[in-house]
Amino acid sequence: MSIISIRNVTKKFGGITAVDNANIDIAANEFFAVLGPSGCGKTTLLRMLAGFETPTAGEILIDGVDVSAMAPNKRPVNMVFQSYAVFPHMTVLANVGYGLKVTGVPAAETRRRAEEVLELVQLAHLGERKPDQLSGGQRQRVALARALVKRPKVLLLDEPMSALDAKLREQMQLELTRLQEEIGITFVIVTHDQDEALSMADRIAVMQAGRVEQTATPELLYESPNSRFVADFIGKVNLLDGQVTGASDHGVTVEVAHLGKVTVPHAGRAHGQVSLAVRPEKIRMTASRPESSLIVQGRIVDWAYYGDTSHIRVQPDNGPLMSVTVQNETRSTVENGDVGDQVWLSWREEDTLVLDR
Amino acid sequence: MRGLRRRVDPLDYAGRVWMRTFFGMVFILLYAPVVLMMAFSFNDSKRNIVWRGFTTKYYEKAWNNDGLIEAFINSLTIAAINTVVATTLGAMVALLLWRFRFPFKSAYEGFMALPIVIPEICMGVAMLAFFSRIGWPTGMPWPLNLSAIIVAHVAFSFPFVAIVVRARMAGFNRELEEASRDLGATEWQTFRHVIFPYMRPGLVAGALLAFTLSLDDFVITFFTSGPETVTFPVKVYSMVRFSVTPEVNAASTVLVVITLIVAALMLRVQRPDHAGAQ
Repeated sequence: MSIISIRNVTKKFGGITAVDNANIDIAANEFFAVLGPSGCGKTTLLRMLAGFETPTAGEILIDGVDVSAMAPNKRPVNMVFQSYAVFPHMTVLANVGYGLKVTGVPAAETRRRAEEVLELVQLAHLGERKPDQLSGGQRQRVALARALVKRPKVLLLDEPMSALDAKLREQMQLELTRLQEEIGITFVIVTHDQDEALSMADRIAVMQAGRVEQTATPELLYESPNSRFVADFIGKVNLLDGQVTGASDHGVTVEVAHLGKVTVPHAGRAHGQVSLAVRPEKIRMTASRPESSLIVQGRIVDWAYYGDTSHIRVQPDNGPLMSVTVQNETRSTVENGDVGDQVWLSWREEDTLVLDR
Repeated sequence: MRGLRRRVDPLDYAGRVWMRTFFGMVFILLYAPVVLMMAFSFNDSKRNIVWRGFTTKYYEKAWNNDGLIEAFINSLTIAAINTVVATTLGAMVALLLWRFRFPFKSAYEGFMALPIVIPEICMGVAMLAFFSRIGWPTGMPWPLNLSAIIVAHVAFSFPFVAIVVRARMAGFNRELEEASRDLGATEWQTFRHVIFPYMRPGLVAGALLAFTLSLDDFVITFFTSGPETVTFPVKVYSMVRFSVTPEVNAASTVLVVITLIVAALMLRVQRPDHAGAQ
């Protein structure tokens, strides 16, 4: 059973549609991410879950109860804010205990539970500090503890890593995943960082311009995106525009200017103008012509070395620039090619996606 | 030789002799009159122009001057009630302007601040005309006989409170309020535990302003006070018309000291500021 059901939810601010007919179901104990570029409506969606915005249309169910018109303080969800919003005039312990105090939990129990949760986020030794004596990462843990102490059914996180540096971000990502497994409640995280979403979430909803483009597991989103936008937003992708000329049980046949007619497997229907999509790391780069129906010859225009991988851009004799990622499997890989070299690019039919244009 | 001369940066001007002299002059002009007034309250001379020796007898005289003491108590009563009413009203106006959007809001904001810019003499005349037109009751027992003055004082001092508190609230992080609601607090609890602590320094500053504005107001009080409701500044004015005796100095010194004590107390209440700026 799903803990959160977002059904046909639309939110309009004046004439602007922030969320457009969104439908999402989130299962209990799931780590769910809402991913999208800034201004796509993901924060508005989260604020509607928390109760700070009311849907213009549609309904939101939390644990089977319609909460569309319920005040934020009545909802069984708690939020970690982007600015952390730690109360600056209270100690860490008072911050964490606040949510219990205002709902009439006895002082002794409040203190015990607050200390317990501080232990969980490894801040037990800082209970008497004021927020301005804490680092950014510690403040975030306070915000996290303050939300978790309420034992919510769902924890909402609004861009929780955006103010942390890269190293701390990675550490917090691991920590959040550990916490989620340990306490076993549903996490809903909003982020614009695809790596964050891919590495942490069980499932991801990709949003664009207020619409939910696709909801799927990280693997499915990456390997089987259902639109050009999703393919392009999650990771890098090479897009080759073409025209469908036929379809059979084996897949669809597409005519691409510089590839000729190629047949690739495709489960759905496709007709008219389409794009063939292939991820850079699925392309092989060779000096001699390989055996494949999907080959392109071109010249290396630049070579970005990243240590473990190299990102290479190749300009085909005709057709758009293509990106290739190669694993630097041996120490000499770098010497295998250089800017200006003629190379062959090839990839397998089953690694090719057919996307509507 | 010009290369050897030390360059003076704009923020180093305090190091220049003429600038120091200027600062010194400003401080002397600001505080010397007050210090002189205090010193001459101990002057053993009726005329109080030349120093004739130390005495505290004028404090005793001022203390035994029933009219002066009555005016003094009136002034403190008015100032105290005005501080409470004006601070409450001003804070409420500030919260209204900070929190809500409504039609003609900017027009309202402008009108609210009018008492600050209107010349005091006009306010005084307007108040006088208003109170006599509606027939505000006079001759009531103390402290009700001060009500007209208090109403007038609240009218001109609450906008100052509103502006100070409003400026304070402009820096409030709205996510704090949302976090409080999210954690289960009602709107009232949120106000008490989150918004009010942030607002407090503004309230203290506003209350101080309201207190001092009321305590030393002469013009508006002069127009709204009846013959039997005399405040300290009005009383001092009437005494000075005959002669500036050390008695006036003594009473003024006491007033200065009270004001300083109130200011010091309120600044102590106002803890170091980290109550939640953005």
